Amino acid sequence: MVMTLAEKIIAAHTDQAEVQAGQFVYAGVDFCLGNDITAPIAIKEFEDAGIERVFDRKRIALVPDHFTPNKDIASAEQVKMLRRFAERHRIEYFFEIGRMGIEHALLPEMGLVLPGDLVIGADSHTCTYGALGAFAVGVGSTDLAACFATGKVWLRVPETIRFMFDGKLPRWSSGKDIILHVIGDIGVDGALYKVMEFTGPTISSLPMDDRFAICNMAIEAGAKTGIIKTDDVTEDYVRGRAKRGYRPCHVNGSPDNIETRSYNASKISPQVAMPSLPSNVCPAEELSHIKIDQVVIGSCTNGRISDMRIAAQILQGRKVHPSVRLLIFPATQETYLQAVREGLMDVFIGAGAAVSTPTCGPCLGGHSGVLAEGERCLSTTNRNFPGRMGHPKSEVYLSSPAVAAASAVTGRITHPEELI
Amino acid sequence: MRGRCWKFGDNISTDHIIAGRFLSTSEPGALAAHCMEDARPEFHKEVSPGDIVVAGDNFGCGSSREHAPIAMKGCKIGAVIASSFARIFFRNSINIGLPIIESVEAAREIEEGDDVEIDMNKSRILNHTSGKTYSFEPFPQEIRDIIAAGGLMKYVKKKMGK
Repeated sequence: MVMTLAEKIIAAHTDQAEVQAGQFVYAGVDFCLGNDITAPIAIKEFEDAGIERVFDRKRIALVPDHFTPNKDIASAEQVKMLRRFAERHRIEYFFEIGRMGIEHALLPEMGLVLPGDLVIGADSHTCTYGALGAFAVGVGSTDLAACFATGKVWLRVPETIRFMFDGKLPRWSSGKDIILHVIGDIGVDGALYKVMEFTGPTISSLPMDDRFAICNMAIEAGAKTGIIKTDDVTEDYVRGRAKRGYRPCHVNGSPDNIETRSYNASKISPQVAMPSLPSNVCPAEELSHIKIDQVVIGSCTNGRISDMRIAAQILQGRKVHPSVRLLIFPATQETYLQAVREGLMDVFIGAGAAVSTPTCGPCLGGHSGVLAEGERCLSTTNRNFPGRMGHPKSEVYLSSPAVAAASAVTGRITHPEELI
Repeated sequence: MRGRCWKFGDNISTDHIIAGRFLSTSEPGALAAHCMEDARPEFHKEVSPGDIVVAGDNFGCGSSREHAPIAMKGCKIGAVIASSFARIFFRNSINIGLPIIESVEAAREIEEGDDVEIDMNKSRILNHTSGKTYSFEPFPQEIRDIIAAGGLMKYVKKKMGK
């Protein structure tokens, strides 16, 4: 039997030679993670069950990234729970403020999640690591507690849909535009319970940052995860970072009964998702009349160094529009420092942007950029449900960093070619 | 179980069920006080124990926050019937024992305020208001084992011999 990439990785984490879609398995987990919102419930479940030891203190990450730096007393208490649990069980990877980052940018950067891995995370955007050729799924807190105890997770082996891309992306388009275009095409439940495998010459030519952005939003199409096969680009990224050995998974051929959707990447212009679903997508230039109050550049989708670079390229020598607030969040401390070294911070601050330490805060309407009633934000984040970034009657549009930066300058949704 | 139905549409996200701004606690009562606030502000005040939530496609999409099914349990919702569930909400509900049922027909036909009874053992829904019955697919054995144990952690403990 020819297995899909996802099936082959899952099989390698069970005692079975082969698994197939629909099958129910308990799979071994290489690495698991939780954050300051989800891990407190997991810790409580773990402790209430009276379990004394975690399965492996070097295969757990606790990342306080959501309501940090602690936004209020209740949030501080949640982070304290993580810190105490990490101390008690000598968890190797607890990331303190100042040495942390947004989990899905941080863990690949630290070489903690690796090709061929099976990863679970109590955060829906855990699917980001699929970009490394890992099978990585978002789960809930109780799943994480069970994994702390056993090192295993229950899974129904998912079907795969293949998304094939050929052609060269236009100048201002990126991985974000690819995934927004796909979600617009198939809908927010277009890949429900399934794996989205991204493949083809376009994907092979993309750098890792774009691949992370693509896999990050697989959940927004309802998918169990997104995945891209490990290649030379992946290996170059992982080399020098990997904290442990790993085994990339390669498939020979592929099952011929897989649903495949083909796209011409050269036709994918910068995309924007309108309120209030990530599938409500249209080309940026069709929205040039939409005025905005706030722009956010950052998050686990688009807070990486290439995102900072393209934003700076557009903001260089320009000013943020007087009626717009531009908030920039490098996703990790390493990204932040790199941006400082490259002079990008001079550009951002010179343009009139606010730059913040890494946090998920504004993306989920938590803190550091919450919207008032009737306000409209263009954001490089991943969700635009009602009330996502603040007041239930505020609006969120989603785009790439290039469109976000150009729009911050003009005060309305703007295709970058209008400026450059 | 039997209760009054609250009808919702497609793609009810975990942001609707419990918005991000309320996530600095995981206490069920505190979360219940804001359950469904951004979709129907009156919901948490008027919902009664045993009431049933009926929704369309992709219920619980978005965030992995277990706070969503916890908030619904905090409201003492009897069950959720939907055309389909987003996958993380689905597994969270199984893991913490919030009864969920996938039935396209029932989700489409049941109306706001209907008096509905669910028999999980017989996999049957009876709408007392309309007189219609619906049968639904039972879960696979492995999932029934988790539910029968009283949730994932109890199942895990049993397996670990604790």
